[in-house]
Amino acid sequence: MSQAIPAGTKWWNGGKSPYNVEYGKLMMWFFLMSDAFTFGAFLISYGTIRFSSNSWPNPNEVFRSFPIVGEMKIPLAFVSLMTFILIMSSVTMVLAVANGHAGKKYEVAKWLGWTIVGGFAFLGCQAWEWTHLHHEGAWWGRNPFLNIDGTQSSTNFTNFFFTITGFHGFHVFSGVIINIIMLIMTLKGSFEKRGHYLMIEKAGLYWHFVDLVWVFVFTCFYLL
Amino acid sequence: MSNEAVIHGHGVAAATHDEHHVHHHKETFITKYVFSQDHKMICKQFLITGMIWAILGGLMSVLFRLQLGYPDTTFPWLEDIFGKWAKGGKIQPEFYYALVTMHGTVLVFFVLTGGLSGTFANFLIPLQCGARDMASPFLNMLSYWFFFLASIVIFSSLFLETGPASGGWTVYPPLSALGDANEGSKAGMDFWIIGMALFVVSSLLGGLNYITTILNMRTKGMSMTRLPLTIWALFFTAILGVLSFPVLLSGLILLLFDRHAGTSFYLSDIFIASTGKALPNEGGSAILFQHLFWFLGHPEVYIIILPAMGLVSEVMAVNSRKPIFGYMAMVGSLFAIAILAFLVWAHHMFVTGLNPFLGSVFVLLTLLIAVPSAIKVFNWLTTLWRGNLRFTPGMLFAIGFVSLFISGGLTGIFLGNSTLDIHLHDTYFVIAHFHIVMGVSAFFGMFCGVYHWFPKMFGRYMNNTMSYIHFWVTFLGAYLIFWPMHYEGLAGMPRRYLDYSGWVSFRQFGDLNRFISTVAMVVFAVQLMFIFNFFYSIFKGRKVTSQNPWGANTLEWTTPIRPGHGNWIGEIPEVHRWAYDYGKDGREFIPQTEPISANESGH
Repeated sequence: MSQAIPAGTKWWNGGKSPYNVEYGKLMMWFFLMSDAFTFGAFLISYGTIRFSSNSWPNPNEVFRSFPIVGEMKIPLAFVSLMTFILIMSSVTMVLAVANGHAGKKYEVAKWLGWTIVGGFAFLGCQAWEWTHLHHEGAWWGRNPFLNIDGTQSSTNFTNFFFTITGFHGFHVFSGVIINIIMLIMTLKGSFEKRGHYLMIEKAGLYWHFVDLVWVFVFTCFYLL
Repeated sequence: MSNEAVIHGHGVAAATHDEHHVHHHKETFITKYVFSQDHKMICKQFLITGMIWAILGGLMSVLFRLQLGYPDTTFPWLEDIFGKWAKGGKIQPEFYYALVTMHGTVLVFFVLTGGLSGTFANFLIPLQCGARDMASPFLNMLSYWFFFLASIVIFSSLFLETGPASGGWTVYPPLSALGDANEGSKAGMDFWIIGMALFVVSSLLGGLNYITTILNMRTKGMSMTRLPLTIWALFFTAILGVLSFPVLLSGLILLLFDRHAGTSFYLSDIFIASTGKALPNEGGSAILFQHLFWFLGHPEVYIIILPAMGLVSEVMAVNSRKPIFGYMAMVGSLFAIAILAFLVWAHHMFVTGLNPFLGSVFVLLTLLIAVPSAIKVFNWLTTLWRGNLRFTPGMLFAIGFVSLFISGGLTGIFLGNSTLDIHLHDTYFVIAHFHIVMGVSAFFGMFCGVYHWFPKMFGRYMNNTMSYIHFWVTFLGAYLIFWPMHYEGLAGMPRRYLDYSGWVSFRQFGDLNRFISTVAMVVFAVQLMFIFNFFYSIFKGRKVTSQNPWGANTLEWTTPIRPGHGNWIGEIPEVHRWAYDYGKDGREFIPQTEPISANESGH
């Protein structure tokens, strides 16, 4: 075991990065920690208000529409599709990063392209879902849905839903913009000139984080 | 140079970057003084913006002290300046609330966070770690300009017709959420929220830079345990900021929705007397905001005090000509404070209806902070003990800091007990406590830093006579202002009231209040003298003629007297020892760059 670490390597003694990590990547990790606290604060606020309420609407009742299929009501089917799209876009991002390590310019561009498509698809789905709920009378400060026990619900169900999914959607949107910039830089050969695709890796960290946050948002609003 | 290769990417990029630093490139006025990416210039921008804010924030306190000290007197000149806000020469209630709110906001965030961390993290981190600049000079520049934008927004709110935010610096809803309830909760509150959001962005950009620079860009030989305590303190400060400010941001976003989108995050069952309207909001919780606010608010006080502690530790060791006592204990206690900072926020909420059992947990955690704080105090005292003290202005402020920190810290133990807090909450006792322990103390840390590093910043010294007058008047003044407030608070005198003469119980303090107000004005005038000294010395001060005027060990004193962008000419020096080899083996001081000699004693 001890042979695995070359004798005399003192990572913390200065003159080198202790994690052998470039500064921008370290910054990204700390930024993600910070952003995790932003979302954490939102979700804990949501939990606090929900636990102090006597009852809450049933997500299986609220989220059961699917575009095109009309009146067929399938609980949570559409949001499952959204989640699947977002997770697949994480997979394509992994492939873009991996190809970046191999230095394959066009492969990177291809997988980045698919990630951007996935991002837009997710945002499109979210836009449809918001519009649909809006047509049903839901918005900030307006909640048409009854509690699961049939009583009148406070507006906080929709208030939190639109605020937190909106904030997440804003993050996805920023991620798509970042990915588009990465795609342009890849195609222009900026990374090829630098000799590494580190920027793609950093964009990837952000993208995976946004996906991970969605898992929590999804759980809190649709499953619980 | 392997440093550069690791931190600035690989191969070709590293080589060009090196050149960029070593050779002077042509700089215009704009790139040198305005949109500068040199950490030393950004430091000065933060410092001077912070000073402007400090004068404004201090002036606000002079105005409301005028009201508190002389509640029956009219000042027609106030009406000439402030118009309807001081109708008949008397400060109106709305104006009074606006003044105390903005005084708190400005001093807590814009002076003691932006001004203090912004100045010294920018100045000392690259210089004391041995780096040419911050990890990302560009983001560093943005950090200042976001701070500037935030300043502009908050400053313009002072000129709104309905006035700036006036619900207290903690902006508790429902008051802050309802424009109908209060003039200051109209546009002023929106300006406040936007200004603070920009401030959070600034603090995040700065903090990320500070953390990565300290972790990644230390020069060869500068292990973490050889870092000066200033850097350790600024490191923990940055981490606290990066992790706590986002929670405030979330809280403010929810507040913004409550104000403008008809949501009920913080609102429930409200009737507004002024309009005679019952609001439809249901299901929200005003206490939720307090939790979110104080999850930032409490770490915030450590964001303010930790840099001051770091500066004081360094200046004290240099001017005692002795190693800092208990270096590792100092680092450990900084770490302990940083951890506990996140676990004590509800002690600000003991009387909000918090579950008493939960309260008792927060009492325990709060009192635990006394342990690392006491460790630090004892280490400072033992550093002074039998030292060869040089009473430079910086050193005097460092000693003054320790005195104030002890006095203010002891009253913290009173307030940390939830039972005592039933009596003491929202009284002048609280005002006395936090002004001494984090307000004036942090200012003393800041002054100590300014006096000590002024020669490095501007290549000149500040005037000593004015500095000593500044110290003694501020030090005695601080005690004369805040000590009496403890008695008022113990007698139950509540804070945030415009006029106490209507109460028989508090009328007895009329003379005391007048005394406090008088001292406050004298102390404020002396701060103007400090400002004069500062700017006068930039241009006319005595010139620094040696590289290391204080005989200090740290790396910033190995740079040229007026270092250019890139700090060192040629290679960055290598570090061979910790920063505190003072009075060792018969030598007064041994710089960090000196290799350990064969027959040197251990430490």
